[in-house]
Amino acid sequence: MNRIISPKNAQKIMKGVFWASGIVTIIILLIIIGYILIKGLPVINLEFLLENPIDSGKSGGIAPMIVSTLIITFIAVFVATPIGVGAAVFIEEYTKENILVKLIRLGSETLASIPSIVFGLFGLAFFVIYLHMGWSLFSGGIVLAFMALPTILQVSEVSIIAVPRSYAEGSLALGGSKWQTIYRVILPAAVPGITTGVILGMARAMSEAAAILFVVGSALAMPLSIFDPGRPLPLHLYVLATEGISLDNAYGTAAVLVLLILIITVVTNTVVERYSKKMMGR
Amino acid sequence: MKDIGEFLIEKGLLITAFLSIIIILLIIIFIFSEGLPFMESYGFLKFIFGSIWDPSSGDYGVLPMIVGSLGITSLALVFAIPLSLLCAIYMAEIAPKTMRKILKPVIETLAGIPSVVYGFFGLIVLVPIMRIHFGGTGFSMFTASIILTVMILPTIISVSEDALRFIPHEYKEASLALGATHWQTIKNVIFPAAIPGIITAIILGMGRAIGETLAVIMVAGNVAQFPTTISDPVRALTSNIAIEMGYATGIHYSALFGTAIVLFIIIIILLVVANYFHYKKKITIGGGYL
Repeated sequence: MNRIISPKNAQKIMKGVFWASGIVTIIILLIIIGYILIKGLPVINLEFLLENPIDSGKSGGIAPMIVSTLIITFIAVFVATPIGVGAAVFIEEYTKENILVKLIRLGSETLASIPSIVFGLFGLAFFVIYLHMGWSLFSGGIVLAFMALPTILQVSEVSIIAVPRSYAEGSLALGGSKWQTIYRVILPAAVPGITTGVILGMARAMSEAAAILFVVGSALAMPLSIFDPGRPLPLHLYVLATEGISLDNAYGTAAVLVLLILIITVVTNTVVERYSKKMMGR
Repeated sequence: MKDIGEFLIEKGLLITAFLSIIIILLIIIFIFSEGLPFMESYGFLKFIFGSIWDPSSGDYGVLPMIVGSLGITSLALVFAIPLSLLCAIYMAEIAPKTMRKILKPVIETLAGIPSVVYGFFGLIVLVPIMRIHFGGTGFSMFTASIILTVMILPTIISVSEDALRFIPHEYKEASLALGATHWQTIKNVIFPAAIPGIITAIILGMGRAIGETLAVIMVAGNVAQFPTTISDPVRALTSNIAIEMGYATGIHYSALFGTAIVLFIIIIILLVVANYFHYKKKITIGGGYL
Protein backbone atom coordinates (compact mmCIF):
# COMPACT_ATOMS: atom_id res chain seq x y z
CA MET A 1 0.00 0.00 0.00
CA ASN A 2 2.72 2.39 0.90
CA ARG A 3 5.75 1.91 -1.26
CA ILE A 4 7.72 4.96 -0.23
CA ILE A 5 8.04 3.87 3.38
CA SER A 6 8.68 0.21 4.03
CA PRO A 7 6.88 -1.41 6.99
CA LYS A 8 10.19 -1.59 8.81
CA ASN A 9 10.86 2.11 8.43
CA ALA A 10 7.26 2.95 9.31
CA GLN A 11 7.74 0.95 12.50
CA LYS A 12 10.87 2.94 13.34
CA ILE A 13 9.27 6.31 12.58
CA MET A 14 6.11 5.57 14.55
CA LYS A 15 8.10 4.32 17.51
CA GLY A 16 9.83 7.69 17.52
CA VAL A 17 6.48 9.51 17.31
CA PHE A 18 5.09 7.52 20.24
CA TRP A 19 8.14 8.19 22.37
CA ALA A 20 7.88 11.88 21.50
CA SER A 21 4.22 12.01 22.60
CA GLY A 22 5.08 10.52 25.98
CA ILE A 23 7.95 12.94 26.47
CA VAL A 24 5.86 15.94 25.36
CA THR A 25 3.25 15.05 28.00
CA ILE A 26 5.92 14.99 30.69
CA ILE A 27 7.37 18.27 29.45
CA ILE A 28 3.95 19.98 29.55
CA LEU A 29 3.59 19.06 33.22
CA LEU A 30 7.15 20.11 34.02
CA ILE A 31 6.69 23.52 32.35
CA ILE A 32 3.47 24.30 34.23
CA ILE A 33 4.58 23.01 37.62
CA GLY A 34 8.09 24.35 37.19
CA TYR A 35 6.88 27.82 36.29
CA ILE A 36 4.43 28.02 39.19
CA LEU A 37 6.95 26.68 41.71
CA ILE A 38 9.89 28.82 40.52
CA LYS A 39 7.77 31.97 40.74
CA GLY A 40 5.80 30.91 43.81
CA LEU A 41 8.22 29.15 46.17
CA PRO A 42 10.24 32.32 46.96
CA VAL A 43 6.99 33.95 48.13
CA ILE A 44 6.19 31.14 50.55
CA ASN A 45 7.58 31.52 54.04
CA LEU A 46 6.24 31.16 57.55
CA GLU A 47 4.66 34.60 57.63
CA PHE A 48 2.93 33.97 54.30
CA LEU A 49 1.41 30.77 55.65
CA LEU A 50 0.56 32.03 59.13
CA GLU A 51 -0.56 35.64 58.69
CA ASN A 52 -3.85 37.21 57.70
CA PRO A 53 -4.02 38.99 54.34
CA ILE A 54 -3.53 42.74 54.49
CA ASP A 55 -5.31 45.20 52.18
CA SER A 56 -7.53 42.54 50.49
CA GLY A 57 -4.55 40.32 49.75
CA LYS A 58 -2.08 42.90 48.39
CA SER A 59 0.31 41.85 51.10
CA GLY A 60 0.27 39.66 54.17
CA GLY A 61 -0.44 35.96 54.18
CA ILE A 62 -3.03 33.35 53.38
CA ALA A 63 -3.71 31.79 56.79
CA PRO A 64 -7.54 32.21 56.66
CA MET A 65 -7.57 30.68 53.16
CA ILE A 66 -5.65 27.64 54.33
CA VAL A 67 -8.05 27.25 57.27
CA SER A 68 -11.06 27.69 54.96
CA THR A 69 -9.70 25.07 52.57
CA LEU A 70 -9.10 22.62 55.42
CA ILE A 71 -12.60 23.17 56.83
CA ILE A 72 -14.53 22.72 53.55
CA THR A 73 -12.38 19.76 52.50
CA PHE A 74 -12.96 18.11 55.86
CA ILE A 75 -16.73 18.68 55.69
CA ALA A 76 -16.83 17.37 52.11
CA VAL A 77 -14.92 14.18 52.96
CA PHE A 78 -16.73 13.69 56.27
CA VAL A 79 -20.13 13.83 54.54
CA ALA A 80 -19.30 12.09 51.26
CA THR A 81 -17.27 9.13 52.58
CA PRO A 82 -19.97 7.31 54.59
CA ILE A 83 -22.54 7.92 51.83
CA GLY A 84 -20.21 6.81 49.04
CA VAL A 85 -18.87 3.74 50.84
CA GLY A 86 -22.35 2.81 52.13
CA ALA A 87 -23.81 3.02 48.64
CA ALA A 88 -20.94 0.94 47.23
CA VAL A 89 -21.44 -1.75 49.91
CA PHE A 90 -25.17 -1.81 49.20
CA ILE A 91 -24.70 -2.14 45.44
CA GLU A 92 -22.05 -4.84 45.69
CA GLU A 93 -23.22 -6.89 48.67
CA TYR A 94 -26.94 -6.42 49.23
CA THR A 95 -28.47 -6.40 45.80
CA LYS A 96 -28.12 -7.88 42.36
CA GLU A 97 -27.78 -5.97 39.12
CA ASN A 98 -31.34 -4.65 38.79
CA ILE A 99 -33.23 -1.52 37.84
CA LEU A 100 -32.48 0.07 41.22
CA VAL A 101 -28.73 -0.39 40.80
CA LYS A 102 -28.96 0.94 37.25
CA LEU A 103 -30.76 4.03 38.57
CA ILE A 104 -28.16 4.56 41.29
CA ARG A 105 -25.35 4.24 38.73
CA LEU A 106 -27.14 6.66 36.40
CA GLY A 107 -27.51 9.12 39.27
CA SER A 108 -23.88 8.88 40.23
CA GLU A 109 -22.70 9.15 36.60
CA THR A 110 -24.85 12.21 36.03
CA LEU A 111 -23.63 13.72 39.28
CA ALA A 112 -20.04 13.19 38.13
CA SER A 113 -20.61 14.92 34.83
CA ILE A 114 -22.49 18.01 35.98
CA PRO A 115 -20.30 21.09 35.46
CA SER A 116 -19.04 22.59 38.69
CA ILE A 117 -20.66 25.93 37.99
CA VAL A 118 -24.08 24.22 37.92
CA PHE A 119 -23.28 22.83 41.38
CA GLY A 120 -22.51 26.40 42.33
CA LEU A 121 -25.87 27.65 41.11
CA PHE A 122 -27.62 24.82 42.93
CA GLY A 123 -25.71 25.61 46.12
CA LEU A 124 -26.78 29.23 45.87
CA ALA A 125 -30.43 28.43 45.15
CA PHE A 126 -30.75 25.61 47.69
CA PHE A 127 -28.47 26.27 50.66
CA VAL A 128 -27.96 30.01 50.59
CA ILE A 129 -31.45 31.13 49.52
CA TYR A 130 -33.96 28.29 50.05
CA LEU A 131 -32.59 27.00 53.37
CA HIS A 132 -31.59 30.51 54.50
CA MET A 133 -28.14 29.28 55.49
CA GLY A 134 -26.38 32.30 54.03
CA TRP A 135 -22.84 32.21 52.74
CA SER A 136 -20.92 29.73 54.80
CA LEU A 137 -18.12 27.20 54.69
CA PHE A 138 -20.67 24.61 55.78
CA SER A 139 -22.84 25.11 52.66
CA GLY A 140 -19.69 25.07 50.51
CA GLY A 141 -18.52 21.86 52.15
CA ILE A 142 -21.84 20.11 51.46
CA VAL A 143 -21.81 21.21 47.80
CA LEU A 144 -18.27 19.83 47.49
CA ALA A 145 -19.40 16.60 49.21
CA PHE A 146 -21.99 16.18 46.44
CA MET A 147 -19.23 16.67 43.88
CA ALA A 148 -16.84 14.23 45.55
CA LEU A 149 -19.54 11.59 46.13
CA PRO A 150 -19.46 9.87 42.70
CA THR A 151 -15.66 9.58 42.79
CA ILE A 152 -15.72 7.96 46.24
CA LEU A 153 -18.65 5.71 45.29
CA GLN A 154 -17.10 4.45 42.06
CA VAL A 155 -13.63 3.84 43.48
CA SER A 156 -15.09 2.09 46.58
CA GLU A 157 -17.17 -0.14 44.32
CA VAL A 158 -14.12 -1.16 42.30
CA SER A 159 -12.11 -1.92 45.44
CA ILE A 160 -14.92 -3.95 47.04
CA ILE A 161 -15.22 -6.02 43.84
CA ALA A 162 -11.47 -6.61 43.95
CA VAL A 163 -11.64 -8.33 47.37
CA PRO A 164 -11.32 -12.09 46.72
CA ARG A 165 -14.64 -13.90 47.18
CA SER A 166 -12.91 -16.54 49.30
CA TYR A 167 -12.44 -13.96 52.09
CA ALA A 168 -16.20 -13.49 52.45
CA GLU A 169 -16.88 -17.20 52.08
CA GLY A 170 -14.39 -17.99 54.83
CA SER A 171 -16.06 -15.56 57.20
CA LEU A 172 -19.59 -16.75 56.36
CA ALA A 173 -18.53 -20.39 56.77
CA LEU A 174 -17.25 -19.58 60.25
CA GLY A 175 -20.75 -18.36 61.15
CA GLY A 176 -20.21 -14.63 60.67
CA SER A 177 -23.36 -12.70 59.82
CA LYS A 178 -23.54 -10.69 56.60
CA TRP A 179 -22.77 -7.37 58.26
CA GLN A 180 -19.99 -8.91 60.38
CA THR A 181 -18.44 -10.26 57.21
CA ILE A 182 -18.65 -6.90 55.50
CA TYR A 183 -17.44 -4.91 58.50
CA ARG A 184 -14.66 -7.22 59.72
CA VAL A 185 -13.48 -8.84 56.48
CA ILE A 186 -14.48 -7.14 53.23
CA LEU A 187 -14.13 -3.48 54.25
CA PRO A 188 -10.70 -3.87 55.89
CA ALA A 189 -9.42 -5.60 52.75
CA ALA A 190 -10.91 -2.83 50.61
CA VAL A 191 -9.57 0.01 52.78
CA PRO A 192 -6.56 0.88 50.58
CA GLY A 193 -8.75 1.24 47.52
CA ILE A 194 -11.38 3.19 49.43
CA THR A 195 -8.66 5.44 50.83
CA THR A 196 -7.52 6.18 47.29
CA GLY A 197 -11.09 7.10 46.40
CA VAL A 198 -11.41 9.36 49.44
CA ILE A 199 -8.11 11.07 48.64
CA LEU A 200 -9.18 11.62 45.04
CA GLY A 201 -12.46 13.09 46.27
CA MET A 202 -10.50 15.22 48.72
CA ALA A 203 -8.23 16.49 45.94
CA ARG A 204 -11.27 17.36 43.87
CA ALA A 205 -12.88 19.26 46.76
CA MET A 206 -9.63 21.01 47.63
CA SER A 207 -9.05 22.35 44.14
CA GLU A 208 -12.58 23.43 43.30
CA ALA A 209 -13.49 27.08 43.03
CA ALA A 210 -16.39 27.46 40.58
CA ALA A 211 -18.78 25.30 42.63
CA ILE A 212 -18.34 27.41 45.74
CA LEU A 213 -18.08 30.80 44.04
CA PHE A 214 -21.58 31.86 45.14
CA VAL A 215 -21.79 29.69 48.26
CA VAL A 216 -18.88 30.40 50.61
CA GLY A 217 -19.06 34.19 50.51
CA SER A 218 -15.41 34.91 49.75
CA ALA A 219 -14.75 36.65 53.09
CA LEU A 220 -11.14 37.54 53.83
CA ALA A 221 -11.35 37.23 57.62
CA MET A 222 -10.31 34.15 59.56
CA PRO A 223 -13.39 31.87 59.84
CA LEU A 224 -14.26 31.30 63.50
CA SER A 225 -16.84 28.57 62.93
CA ILE A 226 -17.96 26.36 60.07
CA PHE A 227 -21.00 28.60 59.63
CA ASP A 228 -18.84 31.63 58.86
CA PRO A 229 -18.15 32.68 55.29
CA GLY A 230 -14.62 32.03 54.07
CA ARG A 231 -12.41 32.01 51.03
CA PRO A 232 -10.63 28.76 50.17
CA LEU A 233 -7.27 28.84 48.35
CA PRO A 234 -8.47 28.29 44.74
CA LEU A 235 -11.03 31.07 45.11
CA HIS A 236 -8.37 33.36 46.61
CA LEU A 237 -6.06 32.66 43.66
CA TYR A 238 -8.91 33.41 41.25
CA VAL A 239 -9.69 36.73 42.92
CA LEU A 240 -6.03 37.76 43.23
CA ALA A 241 -5.32 36.94 39.57
CA THR A 242 -8.44 38.29 37.90
CA GLU A 243 -8.70 41.48 39.93
CA GLY A 244 -4.97 42.11 39.59
CA ILE A 245 -4.51 42.53 43.33
CA SER A 246 -1.07 41.03 43.83
CA LEU A 247 0.84 38.89 41.36
CA ASP A 248 3.37 37.78 43.97
CA ASN A 249 0.72 36.53 46.38
CA ALA A 250 -1.09 34.84 43.48
CA TYR A 251 2.12 32.96 42.63
CA GLY A 252 2.51 31.99 46.28
CA THR A 253 -1.09 30.75 46.54
CA ALA A 254 -0.78 28.80 43.28
CA ALA A 255 2.45 27.20 44.51
CA VAL A 256 0.79 26.14 47.78
CA LEU A 257 -2.03 24.50 45.78
CA VAL A 258 0.41 22.74 43.44
CA LEU A 259 2.44 21.47 46.41
CA LEU A 260 -0.73 20.10 48.05
CA ILE A 261 -1.65 18.22 44.86
CA LEU A 262 1.92 16.88 44.49
CA ILE A 263 1.88 15.62 48.08
CA ILE A 264 -1.49 13.93 47.52
CA THR A 265 -0.27 12.21 44.34
CA VAL A 266 2.89 10.97 46.02
CA VAL A 267 0.95 9.68 49.03
CA THR A 268 -1.58 7.75 46.92
CA ASN A 269 1.17 6.31 44.74
CA THR A 270 3.50 5.12 47.46
CA VAL A 271 1.89 4.71 50.86
CA VAL A 272 -1.53 3.48 49.79
CA GLU A 273 -0.15 1.10 47.16
CA ARG A 274 2.32 -0.45 49.55
CA TYR A 275 -0.42 -0.98 52.13
CA SER A 276 -2.72 -2.33 49.45
CA LYS A 277 -0.20 -5.03 48.47
CA LYS A 278 0.04 -6.07 52.10
CA MET A 279 -3.71 -6.25 52.69
CA MET A 280 -4.54 -8.12 49.51
CA GLY A 281 -1.78 -10.63 50.22
CA ARG A 282 -0.01 -9.98 46.93
CA MET B 1 -31.99 -8.95 68.19
CA LYS B 2 -29.16 -9.58 65.83
CA ASP B 3 -31.59 -9.91 62.96
CA ILE B 4 -33.06 -6.50 63.71
CA GLY B 5 -29.56 -5.00 63.66
CA GLU B 6 -28.80 -6.57 60.30
CA PHE B 7 -32.14 -5.35 58.97
CA LEU B 8 -31.50 -1.76 60.11
CA ILE B 9 -28.03 -1.77 58.61
CA GLU B 10 -29.37 -2.98 55.28
CA LYS B 11 -32.00 -0.23 55.24
CA GLY B 12 -29.40 2.36 56.23
CA LEU B 13 -27.17 1.30 53.36
CA LEU B 14 -30.17 1.42 51.02
CA ILE B 15 -30.68 5.06 52.00
CA THR B 16 -27.04 5.97 51.29
CA ALA B 17 -27.39 4.27 47.91
CA PHE B 18 -30.48 6.32 47.17
CA LEU B 19 -28.85 9.61 48.13
CA SER B 20 -27.06 10.11 44.81
CA ILE B 21 -30.41 9.84 43.04
CA ILE B 22 -32.00 12.25 45.53
CA ILE B 23 -29.16 14.75 45.14
CA ILE B 24 -29.33 14.71 41.36
CA LEU B 25 -33.11 15.18 41.51
CA LEU B 26 -32.71 18.10 43.93
CA ILE B 27 -30.24 19.73 41.56
CA ILE B 28 -32.52 19.24 38.57
CA ILE B 29 -35.55 20.56 40.48
CA PHE B 30 -33.80 23.68 41.74
CA ILE B 31 -32.14 24.55 38.42
CA PHE B 32 -35.21 23.85 36.27
CA SER B 33 -37.79 25.43 38.57
CA GLU B 34 -35.87 28.70 38.38
CA GLY B 35 -34.84 28.55 34.72
CA LEU B 36 -37.73 26.85 32.96
CA PRO B 37 -40.46 29.45 33.71
CA PHE B 38 -38.13 32.12 32.39
CA MET B 39 -37.43 30.15 29.20
CA GLU B 40 -41.16 29.69 28.70
CA SER B 41 -42.07 33.33 29.15
CA TYR B 42 -39.11 34.60 27.12
CA GLY B 43 -39.56 31.95 24.43
CA PHE B 44 -37.45 28.83 24.08
CA LEU B 45 -36.36 29.55 20.51
CA LYS B 46 -35.74 33.23 21.19
CA PHE B 47 -33.55 32.22 24.15
CA ILE B 48 -31.56 29.47 22.44
CA PHE B 49 -31.23 31.01 18.99
CA GLY B 50 -31.12 34.66 20.01
CA SER B 51 -27.80 36.21 19.04
CA ILE B 52 -27.77 39.18 21.41
CA TRP B 53 -27.06 38.89 25.15
CA ASP B 54 -27.58 42.26 26.77
CA PRO B 55 -29.28 42.06 30.17
CA SER B 56 -29.45 45.85 30.50
CA SER B 57 -31.81 46.05 27.51
CA GLY B 58 -33.60 42.78 28.26
CA ASP B 59 -31.99 40.67 25.50
CA TYR B 60 -31.18 37.14 26.57
CA GLY B 61 -30.01 35.30 23.46
CA VAL B 62 -27.68 32.52 24.47
CA LEU B 63 -26.48 31.41 21.02
CA PRO B 64 -23.15 33.28 21.09
CA MET B 65 -22.27 31.40 24.29
CA ILE B 66 -23.32 28.05 22.82
CA VAL B 67 -21.08 28.80 19.82
CA GLY B 68 -18.32 29.92 22.20
CA SER B 69 -18.48 26.77 24.32
CA LEU B 70 -18.62 24.45 21.33
CA GLY B 71 -15.89 26.41 19.51
CA ILE B 72 -13.43 26.28 22.40
CA THR B 73 -14.22 22.63 23.02
CA SER B 74 -13.84 21.47 19.41
CA LEU B 75 -10.59 23.36 19.02
CA ALA B 76 -9.30 21.79 22.26
CA LEU B 77 -10.28 18.35 20.98
CA VAL B 78 -8.44 18.95 17.69
CA PHE B 79 -5.26 19.55 19.68
CA ALA B 80 -5.81 17.01 22.43
CA ILE B 81 -6.97 13.94 20.49
CA PRO B 82 -3.77 13.27 18.49
CA LEU B 83 -1.42 13.87 21.41
CA SER B 84 -3.45 11.95 23.97
CA LEU B 85 -4.12 8.95 21.73
CA LEU B 86 -0.44 8.71 20.81
CA CYS B 87 0.44 8.93 24.48
CA ALA B 88 -2.16 6.32 25.43
CA ILE B 89 -0.84 3.88 22.82
CA TYR B 90 2.68 4.65 23.98
CA MET B 91 1.76 3.79 27.57
CA ALA B 92 -0.23 0.68 26.69
CA GLU B 93 2.06 -0.77 24.05
CA ILE B 94 5.50 0.72 23.73
CA ALA B 95 6.76 2.39 26.88
CA PRO B 96 9.25 0.42 28.98
CA LYS B 97 8.29 -0.15 32.59
CA THR B 98 10.33 2.78 33.92
CA MET B 99 8.69 5.25 31.54
CA ARG B 100 5.27 3.92 32.49
CA LYS B 101 6.14 4.39 36.14
CA ILE B 102 7.01 8.02 35.41
CA LEU B 103 4.03 8.74 33.16
CA LYS B 104 1.33 7.39 35.47
CA PRO B 105 1.91 9.93 38.27
CA VAL B 106 2.56 12.63 35.64
CA ILE B 107 -0.92 12.10 34.23
CA GLU B 108 -2.45 11.88 37.71
CA THR B 109 -0.83 15.19 38.61
CA LEU B 110 -2.02 16.79 35.36
CA ALA B 111 -5.53 15.65 36.31
CA GLY B 112 -5.14 16.92 39.87
CA ILE B 113 -3.85 20.44 39.24
CA PRO B 114 -6.71 22.82 40.15
CA SER B 115 -8.38 24.41 37.15
CA VAL B 116 -7.74 27.84 38.64
CA VAL B 117 -4.00 27.13 38.53
CA TYR B 118 -4.30 26.25 34.83
CA GLY B 119 -6.23 29.45 34.27
CA PHE B 120 -3.61 31.45 36.18
CA PHE B 121 -0.81 29.89 34.13
CA GLY B 122 -2.72 30.74 30.95
CA LEU B 123 -3.29 34.30 32.09
CA ILE B 124 0.33 34.93 33.07
CA VAL B 125 2.21 32.94 30.43
CA LEU B 126 -0.01 32.12 27.47
CA VAL B 127 -1.98 35.36 27.05
CA PRO B 128 1.16 37.55 26.68
CA ILE B 129 2.67 35.06 24.19
CA MET B 130 -0.54 35.14 22.14
CA ARG B 131 -0.63 38.94 22.28
CA ILE B 132 2.88 39.15 20.85
CA HIS B 133 2.46 36.51 18.12
CA PHE B 134 -1.14 36.92 17.03
CA GLY B 135 -1.92 40.51 17.99
CA GLY B 136 -5.09 41.64 19.74
CA THR B 137 -5.46 41.32 23.48
CA GLY B 138 -4.26 37.74 23.69
CA PHE B 139 -7.53 36.72 25.33
CA SER B 140 -9.14 34.47 22.76
CA MET B 141 -10.88 31.27 21.81
CA PHE B 142 -7.49 29.92 20.72
CA THR B 143 -5.82 30.66 24.08
CA ALA B 144 -8.70 29.08 25.99
CA SER B 145 -8.58 25.98 23.80
CA ILE B 146 -4.88 25.47 24.51
CA ILE B 147 -5.46 25.57 28.27
CA LEU B 148 -8.40 23.17 27.88
CA THR B 149 -6.23 20.88 25.74
CA VAL B 150 -3.86 20.41 28.66
CA MET B 151 -6.78 19.94 31.07
CA ILE B 152 -8.47 17.19 29.06
CA LEU B 153 -5.26 15.33 28.16
CA PRO B 154 -5.25 13.21 31.35
CA THR B 155 -8.93 12.25 30.94
CA ILE B 156 -8.53 11.08 27.34
CA ILE B 157 -5.16 9.40 27.99
CA SER B 158 -6.20 7.39 31.04
CA VAL B 159 -9.56 6.20 29.70
CA SER B 160 -8.20 5.25 26.25
CA GLU B 161 -5.18 3.56 27.81
CA ASP B 162 -7.62 1.39 29.79
CA ALA B 163 -9.52 0.63 26.58
CA LEU B 164 -6.29 -0.35 24.79
CA ARG B 165 -5.23 -2.62 27.65
CA PHE B 166 -8.65 -4.24 27.60
CA ILE B 167 -8.02 -5.76 24.13
CA PRO B 168 -7.49 -9.54 24.41
CA HIS B 169 -3.87 -10.58 24.05
CA GLU B 170 -4.69 -13.11 21.35
CA TYR B 171 -5.53 -10.34 18.88
CA LYS B 172 -2.06 -8.91 19.18
CA GLU B 173 -0.30 -12.25 19.18
CA ALA B 174 -2.17 -13.44 16.07
CA SER B 175 -1.23 -10.30 14.19
CA LEU B 176 2.43 -10.50 15.21
CA ALA B 177 2.54 -14.21 14.38
CA LEU B 178 1.35 -13.38 10.85
CA GLY B 179 4.47 -11.30 10.45
CA ALA B 180 2.99 -7.82 10.95
CA THR B 181 5.26 -5.23 12.56
CA HIS B 182 4.29 -3.82 15.95
CA TRP B 183 3.10 -0.59 14.32
CA GLN B 184 1.00 -2.50 11.78
CA THR B 185 -0.50 -4.47 14.67
CA ILE B 186 -1.33 -1.29 16.56
CA LYS B 187 -2.75 0.43 13.48
CA ASN B 188 -4.75 -2.48 12.08
CA VAL B 189 -5.68 -4.57 15.11
CA ILE B 190 -5.31 -3.01 18.56
CA PHE B 191 -6.49 0.51 17.79
CA PRO B 192 -9.60 -0.50 15.79
CA ALA B 193 -10.59 -2.96 18.51
CA ALA B 194 -10.33 -0.23 21.16
CA ILE B 195 -12.34 2.38 19.25
CA PRO B 196 -15.55 2.23 21.37
CA GLY B 197 -13.50 2.89 24.51
CA ILE B 198 -11.53 5.61 22.78
CA ILE B 199 -14.73 7.36 21.68
CA THR B 200 -15.93 7.23 25.29
CA ALA B 201 -12.62 8.74 26.37
CA ILE B 202 -13.00 11.57 23.89
CA ILE B 203 -16.58 12.27 24.98
CA LEU B 204 -15.47 12.37 28.62
CA GLY B 205 -12.77 14.86 27.68
CA MET B 206 -15.36 16.88 25.82
CA GLY B 207 -17.61 16.90 28.90
CA ARG B 208 -14.78 18.18 31.00
CA ALA B 209 -13.99 20.91 28.46
CA ILE B 210 -17.59 22.11 28.18
CA GLY B 211 -18.01 22.15 31.96
CA GLU B 212 -14.82 24.05 32.72
CA THR B 213 -15.50 27.51 34.07
CA LEU B 214 -12.86 29.60 35.79
CA ALA B 215 -9.85 28.55 33.70
CA VAL B 216 -11.81 29.58 30.61
CA ILE B 217 -12.93 32.89 32.12
CA MET B 218 -9.33 33.78 32.89
CA VAL B 219 -8.11 33.49 29.27
CA ALA B 220 -11.06 33.64 26.84
CA GLY B 221 -11.84 37.37 26.95
CA ASN B 222 -15.55 36.74 27.68
CA VAL B 223 -17.15 38.99 25.05
CA ALA B 224 -20.72 37.80 24.45
CA GLN B 225 -20.51 37.93 20.65
CA PHE B 226 -19.99 35.51 17.81
CA PRO B 227 -16.29 34.97 17.12
CA THR B 228 -15.24 35.47 13.48
CA THR B 229 -11.72 34.06 13.84
CA ILE B 230 -10.13 31.82 16.44
CA SER B 231 -8.17 34.76 17.82
CA ASP B 232 -11.40 36.57 18.76
CA PRO B 233 -12.46 36.66 22.41
CA VAL B 234 -15.43 34.41 23.25
CA ARG B 235 -17.67 33.69 26.21
CA ALA B 236 -18.55 30.14 27.21
CA LEU B 237 -21.90 29.10 28.72
CA THR B 238 -20.21 28.37 32.04
CA SER B 239 -18.45 31.74 32.03
CA ASN B 240 -21.73 33.50 31.35
CA ILE B 241 -23.12 32.14 34.63
CA ALA B 242 -20.00 32.75 36.69
CA ILE B 243 -19.43 36.31 35.49
CA GLU B 244 -22.95 37.65 35.90
CA MET B 245 -24.36 35.68 38.84
CA GLY B 246 -22.69 37.96 41.35
CA TYR B 247 -24.94 40.90 40.56
CA ALA B 248 -27.89 39.41 38.66
CA THR B 249 -31.43 39.98 39.95
CA GLY B 250 -34.96 39.27 38.72
CA ILE B 251 -35.27 38.08 35.11
CA HIS B 252 -31.51 38.29 34.64
CA TYR B 253 -31.04 35.89 37.57
CA SER B 254 -33.52 33.43 36.04
CA ALA B 255 -31.88 33.78 32.62
CA LEU B 256 -28.63 32.52 34.13
CA PHE B 257 -30.45 29.45 35.43
CA GLY B 258 -31.75 29.08 31.87
CA THR B 259 -28.12 29.10 30.72
CA ALA B 260 -27.43 26.33 33.22
CA ILE B 261 -30.31 24.30 31.73
CA VAL B 262 -28.74 24.58 28.26
CA LEU B 263 -25.43 23.43 29.72
CA PHE B 264 -27.16 20.60 31.53
CA ILE B 265 -28.88 19.39 28.36
CA ILE B 266 -25.58 19.40 26.42
CA ILE B 267 -23.97 17.30 29.17
CA ILE B 268 -26.93 14.86 29.20
CA ILE B 269 -26.61 14.43 25.42
CA LEU B 270 -22.90 13.63 25.85
CA LEU B 271 -23.73 11.18 28.64
CA VAL B 272 -26.27 9.38 26.45
CA VAL B 273 -23.78 9.17 23.57
CA ALA B 274 -21.07 7.89 25.90
CA ASN B 275 -23.40 5.20 27.23
CA TYR B 276 -24.37 4.28 23.70
CA PHE B 277 -20.80 3.25 23.03
CA HIS B 278 -21.20 1.12 26.07
CA TYR B 279 -17.72 1.05 27.31
CA LYS B 280 -18.90 0.22 30.79
CA LYS B 281 -15.60 -0.47 32.42
CA LYS B 282 -14.55 2.26 34.87
CA ILE B 283 -16.38 5.22 33.46
CA THR B 284 -15.62 8.44 35.25
CA ILE B 285 -17.23 11.31 33.51
CA GLY B 286 -16.27 14.91 33.95
CA GLY B 287 -13.91 14.65 36.89
CA GLY B 288 -11.18 12.81 35.09
CA TYR B 289 -9.66 11.46 38.26
CA LEU B 290 -9.68 7.78 37.46
